[in-house]
Amino acid sequence: MTQIIHSMNTVKLVAVFAENRPGQIARITDVLARANINIRCIIVASSGNCGIMKVLVNDPDLACQSLKKEGFAATLTDVIAVEMPDKPGALHSVAQCLAAHNINLLNTSGFAANNRAILVIEVEDPAQAGEALKKHGLHVLTQKETLTI
Amino acid sequence: MFWHQEIETLDRPALDALQLKRLRETVRRLERVPFYRGKFLETGLKPDEINSAADIRRLPFTTAADLRENYPDGLLAVSREEVLRLHTSSGTTGKPKALFFSRRDVDTAAELIARAFCMTGVTRRDVFQNMMSYGLFTGGLVMHYGAEKVGCMVIPAGPGTSERQLLLMQDFGTTVIHVTPSYAFYFADFLEKKGIDPRKNLALRKAFVGAEPYTEETKRKIEAALGIDVYNSYGLTEMNGPGVAFECEGKCGMHVWEDNFVLEIIDPATGEPVGDGEPGEMVLTSINREAMPLLRYRTRDLTSIIPGPCACGRTHRRIHRITGRSDDMLIVRGVNIFPQQIERVLMSIPQVGRNYLIQLEGLDEMTVKVELSPSGFDGQVGHLTQLQIEVMEKLRAELSVRPTVELVASGSLPVSEGKAKRVIDKRSL
Repeated sequence: MTQIIHSMNTVKLVAVFAENRPGQIARITDVLARANINIRCIIVASSGNCGIMKVLVNDPDLACQSLKKEGFAATLTDVIAVEMPDKPGALHSVAQCLAAHNINLLNTSGFAANNRAILVIEVEDPAQAGEALKKHGLHVLTQKETLTI
Repeated sequence: MFWHQEIETLDRPALDALQLKRLRETVRRLERVPFYRGKFLETGLKPDEINSAADIRRLPFTTAADLRENYPDGLLAVSREEVLRLHTSSGTTGKPKALFFSRRDVDTAAELIARAFCMTGVTRRDVFQNMMSYGLFTGGLVMHYGAEKVGCMVIPAGPGTSERQLLLMQDFGTTVIHVTPSYAFYFADFLEKKGIDPRKNLALRKAFVGAEPYTEETKRKIEAALGIDVYNSYGLTEMNGPGVAFECEGKCGMHVWEDNFVLEIIDPATGEPVGDGEPGEMVLTSINREAMPLLRYRTRDLTSIIPGPCACGRTHRRIHRITGRSDDMLIVRGVNIFPQQIERVLMSIPQVGRNYLIQLEGLDEMTVKVELSPSGFDGQVGHLTQLQIEVMEKLRAELSVRPTVELVASGSLPVSEGKAKRVIDKRSL
């Protein structure tokens, strides 16, 4: 497994392989629930008969280990969680910044809660993207901060 | 190491002479069996007319259907009092095939297993755990008697649960196992989940793997997963069960014990012999059995003879691993496909797990379900799609038929602790 380099600018998601049929997410959430893992955000990307579920959790290492122990194909993946003002044009400002730095988005999702808006983005080089967004004046969340949303 | 060096290295003319002598005795013995007597009458053959090895072609074939039609004891060549044991084949459809053993047959079958054990370096200091099903299946008792003959400590574990297998291995220091390839994989996965490294935590060193055909790639994967030497074995209930042919330490084909079996390779369509080293259906005649010898038994197993002598010094010829069964063949869109071809392709792709399932549906639609190996997973959807395409393209190149490939989670396909189910045919043709 590739070692994830710890960076203040990145957040770890747990990615797990799942078949695209009823009951498969439940198999995963069963393991996470038993390991007392709290899920903050979930993204599912599917392709034909299979897909990948990605979760932002309170303890990614424990979550990943627990899933592997049960025979799941699971790994940790680095993403950026960036906070934006919850108002029109905020996403556009982030998109402009990334475009200016020629950064391509692989997977993106976002949510707003409690007057805060968070964008979770997957890019080729998360550390570089995090740096760019910081310079743009945006707040890039640390793993710990994601727990307070 | 040899169990019976003289017979195992008998020079070819002497071995041929022994075969002929035993073949003639067997034919004479079979005159008592109405089924064979009728066949001899049909062709006008007299046992005294068997004068050379080539004359075997004048003898009738025996098929699985003949065994079923003569069930339960129509092919018995001795009186019931002389029978010591009964085994049957699994008989997945209809009646099973019954095979009787006399006292001498039980001992001969054990002797052939003992030769195989010695040939792979197993000694009386080994602890042998037989993980095959006991009972009517020959893989249990026949192997058991052979291991006892060698003097191993035998643990008749049977298929049992993996927890129990592990407990026995740990507590009694098992060094040699007998297992099906699908259970070997299942057990390797079980150890991995338990965090047990068989190289460090167990004393295992060898496995006899058989009862299901499997590929060289599968064998290597089992060897890597369990940290052991795997020896291929071949047998069938109709010919004593295990012990017809085994690999020696050279691991280069399986020696068929030709003092016990006459080996022929034929074209399954015409029944005519194929050229030297050519693939075809194996036909076996048991020439050292009392209770129920069979003439020219159509095994339906496909293989070929490996020409030339073996470095180990044994003169008994070798066969390649079984490449399929002539009745396992699938016909998809007019193309002949053997499940082993699919297995060979899958096992050459590292990101793919150990189990697979071939599903045929509708009008000749073939779907191959493949397990994603947890170690090859990097969280990228794009890579999953790429892998799917790679598997599909490689299968198409091998089979000339384009299958649908589905990636499934590791451990999600059915694996029995006995024989694996590889093909589900639900076609509405």
